[in-house]
Amino acid sequence: MTIQIPEFALVAMVGVSSAGKSAFAQKHFLSTEILSSDFFRGMVCDDEEDQTVSKQAFDLLYDAADKRLENRKTTVIDATNLKKEARKRILATAVKHNVHTAAIVLDLPLKTALQRNEGRTDRHCPDNVIKRQHADLKRSIRQLKREGFRFVYILSSEDEINSVSIERTKLWNNQKEEHGPFDIIGDIHGCGRELVCLLEQLGYSKNNGIYMHPNGRKAVFLGDLCDRGNQNAEVLRIVMSMVKSGNAYAVPGNHDVKLLKYLNGKNVQHTHGLDKTIAELEKESDKFREEVRRFIDGLVSHYVFDSGSLVVAHAGIKEEYIGRGSGRIRTFCLYGDITGEKDEYDLPVRLNWAADYRGKSTIVYGHTPQKEVAVLNNTYCIDTGCVYGNKLTAMRFPEKEFVSVEAFEKYEEAPRPLGRNDSDDKDMLRISDVQGKMFLQTKWMPSVVVREDHSAAALEVMSRFSADPHWLIYLPPTMSPCATSSLDDYLEYPIEAFDYYRKNGVRKVICEKKHMGSRAVIILCRTAETAQKRFGVFDGSRGMIYTRTGRQFFGNGTYETDLLDRLESVLTESGFWEDFQTDWVCLDTELMPWSEKAKDLLKKQYAPVGRAGKNSLGNAVKMLEQCCMHENRTFDVSDITSGQNISPEVLLKRYREKQNAIDSYIRAYREYCSKVESVDDFRIAPFHLLAVEGRVFDDITNRQHMEILKQYCTGTDDIWIATDYTEVDLYDEESIRKATDWWLNLTENGGEGMVVKPEYFAVRHNAGIIQPAVKCRGAEYLRIIYGPEYRSPEHIRRLKKRSLSKKRSLALREFALGMESLKRFVEKEPLYKVHECVFGVLAFESEPVDPRL
Amino acid sequence: MLITITMTGNAEQDARDLGYLLHKNPYRAQQFAMTFGKAYVFYPTVERETTTAALLLDINPIDLARGKKGSSDGGLFDYVNDRPYVNSSFMSTAIAKVFGTALNGKCAKNQQLADTKLPLEVFVSMLNCGGEKQFVRDVFEPLGYQTKIQTTLLDEEFSEWGESPYIDLTLKGCVRLSELLNHLYVLLPVFDQQKHYYTAEDEIEKLVKHGEFWLKDHPEKNRIIRRYFHQCKSYANEAIKRISVDSETEQNDLSDEFVSKEKSQSKIPLNKRRLEAVKNAVLECGAKRVADLGCGDGKLTALLMKEPSVSKIAASDVSVMMLERAKQRIHYDKLPDYQKQKITFFQSSLIYRDDRFSDYDAICVIEVIEHIDSNRTAAFERVIFEYAKPRNVILTTPNREYNVRYGLDSGETEHLRHSDHRFEWNREQFQNWCSRVCQQFSYSVDFREIGDTDKELGAPTQMAVFTKCE
Repeated sequence: MTIQIPEFALVAMVGVSSAGKSAFAQKHFLSTEILSSDFFRGMVCDDEEDQTVSKQAFDLLYDAADKRLENRKTTVIDATNLKKEARKRILATAVKHNVHTAAIVLDLPLKTALQRNEGRTDRHCPDNVIKRQHADLKRSIRQLKREGFRFVYILSSEDEINSVSIERTKLWNNQKEEHGPFDIIGDIHGCGRELVCLLEQLGYSKNNGIYMHPNGRKAVFLGDLCDRGNQNAEVLRIVMSMVKSGNAYAVPGNHDVKLLKYLNGKNVQHTHGLDKTIAELEKESDKFREEVRRFIDGLVSHYVFDSGSLVVAHAGIKEEYIGRGSGRIRTFCLYGDITGEKDEYDLPVRLNWAADYRGKSTIVYGHTPQKEVAVLNNTYCIDTGCVYGNKLTAMRFPEKEFVSVEAFEKYEEAPRPLGRNDSDDKDMLRISDVQGKMFLQTKWMPSVVVREDHSAAALEVMSRFSADPHWLIYLPPTMSPCATSSLDDYLEYPIEAFDYYRKNGVRKVICEKKHMGSRAVIILCRTAETAQKRFGVFDGSRGMIYTRTGRQFFGNGTYETDLLDRLESVLTESGFWEDFQTDWVCLDTELMPWSEKAKDLLKKQYAPVGRAGKNSLGNAVKMLEQCCMHENRTFDVSDITSGQNISPEVLLKRYREKQNAIDSYIRAYREYCSKVESVDDFRIAPFHLLAVEGRVFDDITNRQHMEILKQYCTGTDDIWIATDYTEVDLYDEESIRKATDWWLNLTENGGEGMVVKPEYFAVRHNAGIIQPAVKCRGAEYLRIIYGPEYRSPEHIRRLKKRSLSKKRSLALREFALGMESLKRFVEKEPLYKVHECVFGVLAFESEPVDPRL
Repeated sequence: MLITITMTGNAEQDARDLGYLLHKNPYRAQQFAMTFGKAYVFYPTVERETTTAALLLDINPIDLARGKKGSSDGGLFDYVNDRPYVNSSFMSTAIAKVFGTALNGKCAKNQQLADTKLPLEVFVSMLNCGGEKQFVRDVFEPLGYQTKIQTTLLDEEFSEWGESPYIDLTLKGCVRLSELLNHLYVLLPVFDQQKHYYTAEDEIEKLVKHGEFWLKDHPEKNRIIRRYFHQCKSYANEAIKRISVDSETEQNDLSDEFVSKEKSQSKIPLNKRRLEAVKNAVLECGAKRVADLGCGDGKLTALLMKEPSVSKIAASDVSVMMLERAKQRIHYDKLPDYQKQKITFFQSSLIYRDDRFSDYDAICVIEVIEHIDSNRTAAFERVIFEYAKPRNVILTTPNREYNVRYGLDSGETEHLRHSDHRFEWNREQFQNWCSRVCQQFSYSVDFREIGDTDKELGAPTQMAVFTKCE
């Protein structure tokens, strides 16, 4: 004998003590699927038989059951389950989690049960207990079905118990093995001509009276096939034949279900266009009507396709309902999330379940007519109100392309205007998207973990200082310096940068001049309309310039708009938009002068240190010089000694060195300062073309980045400048020597240094990725990093002991997240999916705070 | 890092005796090991008529940034730091170590001289007074010094950056050397408000020891002590108490940035009046469950805790540090269970939708909205009024019109009350905003004024009490 239970079920074992429930469960289920009351008794008090702890044991058992069922795992409750109250809890749990229930009853004759009890060595129940339980069992058997157990199996002999096998059956909605590809079609409402037209546009053609696709694509109908339109019977005929022949799937809509009620002879109001369908069906044969009745009756509320990547339902579905079955879910799939209230058009008020959706599957649904396809958090509403004179839309999956046919006529007046998609501004970020420990999957690194203390810190920064998250589609990674130089007088020197890449399998690197400015990411849309449509920014701006921590670069004033306007002209003139077929671009740039962004830092830290150092060292040197001048006359103070003697000449020399250091330091920071009186005083050097519509540029060489940017951004407007670079063959000594000289020349003339990058933008080596860039900074520049006196031998020796591993690992994780956020944006993933990556970068850059309160 | 002390001689007094007083041979430069590096003593001038001693510090900048060699602690400062070059608490430490005998007023060779008021002059190079020159005078002149203050530009090549916060200070007076050293010991750290390694309780002892004879009658006593403890209130109050045992002085609360400047008829600070008004509004609404969002250091939360009609309080802020402070304010860890259960602390952000906000009758957002960038207030509105949608929202924000009364421009220039304010609304702007919010999210609103109302300008703080339309 074989008994069937759904692949996802809550199973109750029912039987008297010693009936062999546990042994049975262990034979047929995974040990992790079984939650045994004995086990939990033991867990709370070390004694599996102690009945006084039953309440605690069951509380714990159901906690465990809740967790398993949340994860959509079949769960077996291994207890006697002989009392109605006990089973009530099982059924309530099943309702809570929308899971089917099954009861497996071991109904042994009393005599056998008593014998088994007798023969037990591990424990023993008094006979009267078994007898009482047996009576309960008999009562239970009669009630199980009525109580609500969906599947009840009664095994009434030891033979039967031993020989039975269990088959786990797929849920009806589980079509994960169906990989399509699909053409999903929105609410048709009897618009037969448009449907035919659409099917033809999609490439379907009639074969033996049935529409099918030459490449075996599958059509998916989202329900509401009938009512309001003028070809209801025809639509039903087309769809039914396609479904029946395996060329299509269909889920039911609320209108279809109402039609079913009518066909079942129930009393329904002939409103909302049902009258038209009825009128048409009355002209059809009884056989056809019966076919329709059976067809609708057999429809499943929602389908899960393509290994779970696609879910369809008429009115949509909540994440926690997917792949489960219950009346509640069916209702949701038919009517959506309704509040029970009515709006000003007397239509039901709907809750926006899609705004809350955070699942991985793409959900495609209809039900609510929109002017255009409404996209939100990986959900697509493709009911574009054909019957109201708008259009009939299909979505190709996995292509995520849309094909529409304009309505031939307006069959009915829309009850409310098909206005702007209300989903446009519904993409509100939620705190749960970014709070706590985050696990992020990325293209360049399989799993990036952001710790809770970092995300807590980033929440403050993101909330208080960052730009509108809609613009933040990328944050640049930190950059590690090259390994510490082996030369005495240098902290950083090119050799180590080259060594790093050679050791990591790179043949060629590019050395780019490091500009003395601030990192600036630039997002530019051709028009404010693109900003609305593509970025969800409605304030009329068409781009943003922001810092490496996501702060808007310019505060008040017009610099930002001026710079964006000028970039737009430059790109238009150079034909960038056409060549890249895009109407937005994301650039990684360096913006000069540094003093513009770092004014505060200069005024609060750099200049004061220079000022204090210059004056006090000047005074110290003056005093020491005076001291050195006067001759050493004797004076009766010989017994006044407490410190060690030191020669004032030695001191003077030391303080003169300090004085030189501070002068060099002041020179170094002054290199970064220049006055900005108008927008013309800015210089911007773009160095990465990060992304445009449909493309992230992580697959080209760094030289290509340089050349594309030079070609399209520079030459017409002085603001936009190219970056000097030189290429190095790491297996050619001469090439290395030349590059080293290039660096020395650069840094000895006040330059900051260079950035060394591998030939290709992103490089995998062995198990992981390698640094996308390392910096090699000039010795004088480093004074403004390590302090004016860092080059003195006593200090540089200590500074050379620095560990790069932390910074390097950070740089890789931030790089992976940065590229991932771009990828997700380009692939039109929802805002929160882009935001979590950007947030992750910011979290890595934030000083951790202990979030435990 | 450099001070010099100059003594002027006369017919009776040989200036070179400064060497005795300081216990340092004027003809030998000496060095002393300090925790932060080294200190040197030498004499640029040794004449009968005038003798100058210099105390010069050599502070190791790498220790500051990395922690001391061999220690596992990291440093507290940036590599680029003015500490090695200015006069700060390091100088006080050096005075105590190098001139300890003189600081205590002892002189083995000539105690009488140590007890005598002498014509002394001190030069303090690069004292960070943050531009508060008047404060420098207020501190030193009552102690009998003539002050000479020399200021410098931050960078002469960029004169538009303005003056540096440092001064070269010369003090001239007729004082005992030990007095002079004690003054410097206590007062140098008072000016320099950069972070310290730590402010430990034994600092109170040190302050009492070095300031007991002169600080209690100093007109700027409280300010000096507070700044000495870097605004650590409990230490400051303790020290003020111990120093003022005789003279009766009340302790002013440290409060709002501008409250002290406000010439209010009533002596109640604005912040207190604001909290009182908010609390009353909460009670009028009959709210039992109240969320204090953007609770800061928890002043309102603490007030609400005392209200028997409020049964559940959420205190939330975007800053974890602030939440810690709020917890300390109400002594959360020591609260009895009943009170502990009444309050929840959690970190949140007002521009992320948060289900935890949905559980309250009233939400208070007190002096918060002006800290949110104006292009993100739309998100704030939706988080509060669309998603949390409590029955009541109580919101306060400064009235920009009133800023003239604080001497701040209310014109186009960016003179707002706090450096983190992103905007401040006049009454019309505020009321327009509120009306729009009401319309959009179906609330009604009632406006109140908080603080002394000016006929023309209104009150310093404006409050809106929103009620959800049924």
